[in-house]
Amino acid sequence: MKSEVAGVVEVSPTVRFLSVDGTFAPTEAAEEYRSQLDGLSHDDFLQFYRDMAITRRFDEECTNLQRQGQMGLWPPSHGQEAAQVGSARAARPQDVLFPSYREHAVALVRGVDIVDIVKVMRGVSLGGWDATDPSNGNFRNYTLVIGSQTLHATGYAMGLGFDGLVGTGDPTVDAAVMTYFGDGSTSQGDVSEAFVFAASNQTSQVFFLQNNQWAISVPVEVQSRIPLYLRSRGFGVPSVQIDGNDVLASYAATRKHLDEARAGQGPALIEAVTYRIGAHTTSDDPTRYQTPEQLAYWVERDPIIRYAAYLRSLGADDAFFAEVTDEAESFAADLRHRTLELEAPPLASIFDSVYSEPHPLVAEQKAWLEAYELSMKEAI
Amino acid sequence: MAEPLEMPLAKAINAGLRAALAADEKVLLMGEDIGKLGGVFRVTEGLQAEFGTKRVIDTPLAESGIIGTAVGLAMRGYRPVCEIQFDGFIYPGFDQITSQLAKITNRTSGAVPMPVVIRVPYGGHIGAVEHHQESPEAYFAHTAGLRVVSPSTPNDGYWMIQEAIASNDPVMFFEPKSRYWPKGPVDFTSSAAGLHSSRLVRTGTDVTLVGHGAMVATLLQAAQVAADEGVSVEVIDLRSLSPIDYAPILASVEKTGRLVVCQEAPGAVSVGSEIAATVAERAFYSLQAPVLRVSGFDTPYPSSKVEAYYLPDADRVLEAVDRALGY
Ligand SMILES: Cc1ncc(C[n+]2csc(CCOP(=O)(O)OP(=O)(O)O)c2C)c(N)n1
Ligand SMILES: [Mg+2]
Repeated sequence: MKSEVAGVVEVSPTVRFLSVDGTFAPTEAAEEYRSQLDGLSHDDFLQFYRDMAITRRFDEECTNLQRQGQMGLWPPSHGQEAAQVGSARAARPQDVLFPSYREHAVALVRGVDIVDIVKVMRGVSLGGWDATDPSNGNFRNYTLVIGSQTLHATGYAMGLGFDGLVGTGDPTVDAAVMTYFGDGSTSQGDVSEAFVFAASNQTSQVFFLQNNQWAISVPVEVQSRIPLYLRSRGFGVPSVQIDGNDVLASYAATRKHLDEARAGQGPALIEAVTYRIGAHTTSDDPTRYQTPEQLAYWVERDPIIRYAAYLRSLGADDAFFAEVTDEAESFAADLRHRTLELEAPPLASIFDSVYSEPHPLVAEQKAWLEAYELSMKEAI
Repeated sequence: MAEPLEMPLAKAINAGLRAALAADEKVLLMGEDIGKLGGVFRVTEGLQAEFGTKRVIDTPLAESGIIGTAVGLAMRGYRPVCEIQFDGFIYPGFDQITSQLAKITNRTSGAVPMPVVIRVPYGGHIGAVEHHQESPEAYFAHTAGLRVVSPSTPNDGYWMIQEAIASNDPVMFFEPKSRYWPKGPVDFTSSAAGLHSSRLVRTGTDVTLVGHGAMVATLLQAAQVAADEGVSVEVIDLRSLSPIDYAPILASVEKTGRLVVCQEAPGAVSVGSEIAATVAERAFYSLQAPVLRVSGFDTPYPSSKVEAYYLPDADRVLEAVDRALGY
């Protein structure tokens, strides 16, 4: 299928369970993934919605906070919640996730305190959260150099293999890596090299590509003349395209390919076709490059509205949706409150972690700055 | 106590790598052609046969991929030692080295150490084609988060590679390829100096010469010629370019009053410039002459038939010694 709207690229065969109006109507390509949904409880279905709705709300709050001068920058995830929540909910606790910088819903699902993302965007921390702390769900730090995290993910997955944590058949032991990256990043050499190393080492790994149609202002056609999911196949990494605005498609496809990776069947790529409804970041002005028709087309395909309609068909009532709205409101209010309380880190933080072991030049400059600052205070 | 063994630098580094692989199963070697072939300089010869293909890995031909996956392996608790086949082929990996490897520890407030070593055969004198004889160490010495060292002798090669692998920080390990083959004594019983100390290798009273890697042999040669002419030259082997161990340099300059900094690398914005500036700041009253630099020229490395004009030799060093003594 080729869309009628100029600038909108959508290619079959796509794995999709929920059509735009929320009816359960699996595409042909979805059939082989259908059994992945069997184990989901009613609560699981509701949780997907909760994750998406809370993300949408705090994402909006963060945009507001940036507008109010409380953050240097915010990259919104608005529109990509289904791709992120479905994939994140499909991962097991022992899996390790390597994000880019927009995977706020994945962070939420994995247990990262969202205020730690705010720290990065507010300029009080470079990394935000401690990825080695188990409470952060093996969600590695955001990476801003486009595509570079895909190689870290591949190296980590090689390590899982060396450690004998792949293909043992024990579901509590076998682990996989998942890396998130965008359509623009597929043009980076690092992403191609990650495919090469992943295929060569048959890593336990899923490449989760969110094709949100834009790399800042540049449309995906500039990056690729073929659908992006075909890109990895030439490297020997099998792939599938899914409707990234269908949380069930994202969940099912990711679950299947992570399971296969953990079982030792090698890497796979999932291209989630989605849309960045918000700006690239709060510094961006999409009206310069996006037509109102394009935006309208995708707003109609909003992943949360679609899924809400589906949940209603399963019996979710107004009370449920009201409860989630309340929860999202208090989540956002708490985040705002804690954002305003964030203070600049101590000057020592400039120097303290440059090296793991002492380095005389850094030590000397730290001592100098401390003495200098003290002398300035004394001078006053 | 065992007598020191005579062996070339390439074999000494090989022995150091073998010791590191044997001591810690998290140590991995990664690179192009390092397995069956033993590396184009044979530095990893026999190691894959001994430790297997999971410890000594022939990687795909992609420098960013090698460094980037080494970063991921380090996150997983491994201690990768990457070989870059030749100095001039490190640049495809530059981003992963400078923006990722060098910064991840800082980015994560120390939670994620990066114990990765990058071995780089570097420098000229081997008559090779373009990209095979460069001295790119200044790029890395300029980058916070990296440590940069260069052994000049087989003994240092044996010990420093093990110390680099033991470091929890990323270490750029520059191996002077023209020194791979001459033999020297290796004392297997104990390391002579720490990874980051510079070393006085010849004492003298009139002029101090400082250099690293292959240049050290040239400096010793120059010092011998000078001695024959009645000039007493002190020679310091830097060994470490980040951090630089200034104490022996400053002590020497306080004694001699004259410093000539020598390197194969282009001189502009170089390690030599940094040392010259620091010594001028810290030993100003001891100096009898301006600090002089002897370097490669600020040109691309030339065709090998004229490299002898590009590379500082003992005569070029002595010309600078004479100038320093002329003040
Ligand atoms: C290597 C590199 N070049 C340029 C940039 C500036 N930049 C930041 S985001 C971006 C677009 C990325 O597009 P995509 O990969 O599709 O991810 P998205 O922002 O759409 O999630 C660019 C060009 C960068 N961060 N890194
Ligand atoms: Mg994009």
